[in-house]
Amino acid sequence: MKEYRIQLMVCAGTGCVSNHSFDIKDALEKEIVKHKLQNEAQVVMTGCNGFCGAGPILVVQPDGIFYQLLKVQDIPHLVEEHLLKGRPVKKLMYVPPVKEAPVPKMSDIPFFANQTLIALRNRGLIDPEKIDDYIARGGYKALAKVLTTMTPDEVLSEIKRSGLRGRGGGGFPTGIKWETCKHVNSDVKYVICNADEGDPGAFMDRSIIEGDPHSVMEGMIIGAYAIENVSQGYIYVRMEYPLAIKRFNIAIQQAREYGLLGKNIFDKGFDFDIDVRRGAGAFVCGESTALMASVEGKPGEPRAKYVHTVERGLWDKPTCLNNVETWANVAQIILRGSDWFSSIGTGDVSKDAWGGSKGTKVFSLAGKVNNTGLVEVPMGITLRDIIFDVGGGIRNGKKFKAVQTGGPSGGFIPESMLDIPVDYEELTHVGSMMGSGGMVVTDEDNCMVDMAKYFLAFTQAESCGKCIPCREGTKRMLDILEKITKGEGTEEDLVLLEDLSYMIAESSLCALGGSAPNPVLTTLKFFREEYESHVRDKKCPAHICRALNNYVVDEKICLEIGHGCDVCKKYCPDGAIVGERKNVHYIDPVKCGKCGACYDVCNFDAIKIL
Amino acid sequence: MPKLKIEDLEKISEDVKQKMTVREGGGRVKITVHMGTCGIAAGARNIMTAFIDELEKSKVTDVILTTSGCAGLCSREPMITVEVMHEAPVKYVDLTEEKARKIFAEHVLRGKFVVDYALSIGSERIQ
Repeated sequence: MKEYRIQLMVCAGTGCVSNHSFDIKDALEKEIVKHKLQNEAQVVMTGCNGFCGAGPILVVQPDGIFYQLLKVQDIPHLVEEHLLKGRPVKKLMYVPPVKEAPVPKMSDIPFFANQTLIALRNRGLIDPEKIDDYIARGGYKALAKVLTTMTPDEVLSEIKRSGLRGRGGGGFPTGIKWETCKHVNSDVKYVICNADEGDPGAFMDRSIIEGDPHSVMEGMIIGAYAIENVSQGYIYVRMEYPLAIKRFNIAIQQAREYGLLGKNIFDKGFDFDIDVRRGAGAFVCGESTALMASVEGKPGEPRAKYVHTVERGLWDKPTCLNNVETWANVAQIILRGSDWFSSIGTGDVSKDAWGGSKGTKVFSLAGKVNNTGLVEVPMGITLRDIIFDVGGGIRNGKKFKAVQTGGPSGGFIPESMLDIPVDYEELTHVGSMMGSGGMVVTDEDNCMVDMAKYFLAFTQAESCGKCIPCREGTKRMLDILEKITKGEGTEEDLVLLEDLSYMIAESSLCALGGSAPNPVLTTLKFFREEYESHVRDKKCPAHICRALNNYVVDEKICLEIGHGCDVCKKYCPDGAIVGERKNVHYIDPVKCGKCGACYDVCNFDAIKIL
Repeated sequence: MPKLKIEDLEKISEDVKQKMTVREGGGRVKITVHMGTCGIAAGARNIMTAFIDELEKSKVTDVILTTSGCAGLCSREPMITVEVMHEAPVKYVDLTEEKARKIFAEHVLRGKFVVDYALSIGSERIQ
């Protein structure tokens, strides 16, 4: 790495950014080049210093000189005096008060410090029900830029160059999708925002809508302008998100009042409007063709995609559908430029749109991790960094077992693969997927067979039933998994399970069936020994599958600590516990129905699992 | 409301900053209650009510009470951000009504952090 004599740390905390710290950065870089200091001095954007009141802030290292309340016109003088002549500029310096706040700085907390905010840039900062708040944070500036200075083709090429790919799951290059839709000959076209977020444990889209609905809408308006002949957009939100629906409706109303939606936006002769369509909570309606059928008022069932929706989608018209997070990135790309966006992330998208993963991804971190919540991280960060730095590691000091990425149809990734970077291709390569960004962390107490069963039960219940592989196949897979967790599985079942998985993945009509076997396949691959111990030894190593547990009483604990408290006897539904109060209790293995009630109610941990 | 012209964006932006940021006048303190679904489920509405109640009781007029979406750390909701003029914003987590009332009395009225409830000071880095 190159060593610089001087580091200029410009604060990029939200406080300083709203006081134009990026202008300070540009001015510094300009002056540095002017004085030919580019090999000696480097400008670095840092997290919040905690002195937002004195922003924008610049710290010059290694001297630790602290400049405050900077203006762009101060910079030429500052660079000349301090960097060239080595004389710090007193009048711009800040003398810190003696008292030091005993509260940690935001930038010292790994959960916040390791995040990179683009789609979530306004989180927690604006009132989502006030359009003026959004405008105050640079909102609708990208739209103004597009309508005044860019042709639709220029907007399209900017999005293409940025390397933005679909954030809803598949990772299809957004620019190519727009372009294909644009080139289809039709007077009427539509754009759709897919906010039918149905993955268990995923709440990224909901948070973006609830916190910053206008950022999604601005992206849609820009998309409609770029694709052309689009005068109507739809936002498809699931009914289970009442707050998101309410905030979208308020946002649409306010945008209409300001003329940002409707006829002749900004008097530039461009018409576009958006309406909300509510889904009834069917998971399959997150699939593009099923979603469009649902918007049309038909049953939410997917169709075969011999003809893509960009050619014949909603009401048979060319339709461009993108996910909430994808739309939320668009305005920032227009404002900051495609070069900026493609500088973040992995690979190279300049020649091949599938050549890399650019920008950031929002994940909803859930499960056995300390900091559950919403995290936005640059593409290319490792899963280990997300779980252990941002997520703060596993709860209660337990051991990490696996992380499931990509929702119920994603795969489980074991510890040995945690160092792979977050990237569309890498995640697919290990049998999982980026998906919409759900991330469920499991620890040593989770049984992987049980987890696979849980997620398969979800996709099975949500299968629309139109095609046989998904409708019947997942049902049979679930039967086998239930058999295994009851201790009735055989080795042949494992082979059959694997065969069925490949068959269903290959022959299903849509991605729901196509990816439903993923949790089973990855657990079979990475945690096969757990399946084998269920099947061969009739044991569940994590003690989750209760039918495989043998419950016994630790006589010593029961008598000496619990004094034969008799609670277990009261709760046993099978009358399998014998023993009188103040005496040792025993479990009759013949009567025991293995429900585990005694294990749950014992206050002294006297019930053990063999 | 009249239709916006492009020049209006900058004007609205300035207006809001005048009104909403404590740095440039208007209020002395801004309290933001994070009210995404996660916050509301954890009890953010009660926190909001407690602040409204405290505001009425104390009769102060230089405090702006507002709402916002999820701040990201859902496991620590309900969360608020308190920003006193010329100072960095402070985030409080795991709140209850009583904690909120104490923060109002100590931090909002007297300018003293309630260290026990505070998570962090400062704001997030923007890419």
